[in-house]
Amino acid sequence: MKRYTRQALLMLLMCVLATTPALALKVLPPPAHVSVQHGWIRWLPAGLPAAGYATIRNDGDTPVTLDGADSPDYGMAMLHRSVHKDGSDSMEMVETIPVPAHASVQLAPGGYHLMLTAPKHPIQPGDNVHVRLHFSNGTTLDAAWTVRPANAL
Amino acid sequence: MSSTRPWRPLLSLVCAALLAACSHAPLPWQLNDVGGHLPDLQFDLTSDAGKPATAADFRSKYVLLYFGYTHCPDVCPLTLVHLHLVMQKLGADADKTRILFVSVDPARDTPAVLHQYVTAFDPHVTGLTGTPAQIAAMAKRYRVAFNAGQRQADGGYEVSHSSGIYIFDRDGRARLIGTSADSADAIAHDLKLLMEQEE
Repeated sequence: MKRYTRQALLMLLMCVLATTPALALKVLPPPAHVSVQHGWIRWLPAGLPAAGYATIRNDGDTPVTLDGADSPDYGMAMLHRSVHKDGSDSMEMVETIPVPAHASVQLAPGGYHLMLTAPKHPIQPGDNVHVRLHFSNGTTLDAAWTVRPANAL
Repeated sequence: MSSTRPWRPLLSLVCAALLAACSHAPLPWQLNDVGGHLPDLQFDLTSDAGKPATAADFRSKYVLLYFGYTHCPDVCPLTLVHLHLVMQKLGADADKTRILFVSVDPARDTPAVLHQYVTAFDPHVTGLTGTPAQIAAMAKRYRVAFNAGQRQADGGYEVSHSSGIYIFDRDGRARLIGTSADSADAIAHDLKLLMEQEE
């Protein structure tokens, strides 16, 4: 009786061990025909929020929609847009960024960008950090983005 | 003879005035000429070195004044990068100028954070912060609007702020105004013109 219980527990434990890593490491497929190029982060000191820029290129026949991002190197990654209006500059959060078929979208200074906050470890210019872009069709695109100095062009 | 043409002296006067006007053709500024329309440089703030700072500390320098804040990862850095390029384009004349980055977020921008932020862009930048009342007085003087947005879940907030870059001559007089959208070439062009005109 006692032995069966122990065996049952052991089997349960094995099941948990077998499935947990699979769930944790489940990698969503990258979107077909979509690539991220020239990803970079403008480094700022004192762990201040940093902006991430890249070109997202869609060589496919169907539009895709960027709807979020995350990074193992930052606590949070948000889609943002800078708005220059009536002599004033401000930032706003955006829910989605469409990438039309056979077109590119620029995340570039003064426009769309990722806002990366709460770095999980000290980050310096020259480092590479990982950024994973999420698309509305459930796919993700993971790439190494280069950390460049504050005054990079 | 002279009595029959009494308008002659008047005519020569008009011609002289026209000639004088021609020799003072408007200068080809690329930014907006605000000479006489904005108050002289004046403030009472704290520098990024943690010391009291007033406009008198920057007399004899051409001053580029910009309002921003350190929790601004996109437009403020972009503007400071433009100003960094301007300094590079000025070459040795860069030492005649000073960029003043005034925080509109004094609650978060301590002199220490501000110092790390501004020095990451260019050695010609001085960060300035102060009490909310001091910042409000400075903003009012230059008709700069700013406001802190709603707090986010993580306690952060965004600040909208004027995109103006105010340029003062060495006597602290407001001369030109550009924006974060102006190119480094346009700003460098006008600074050189201002220097040529004064020297």
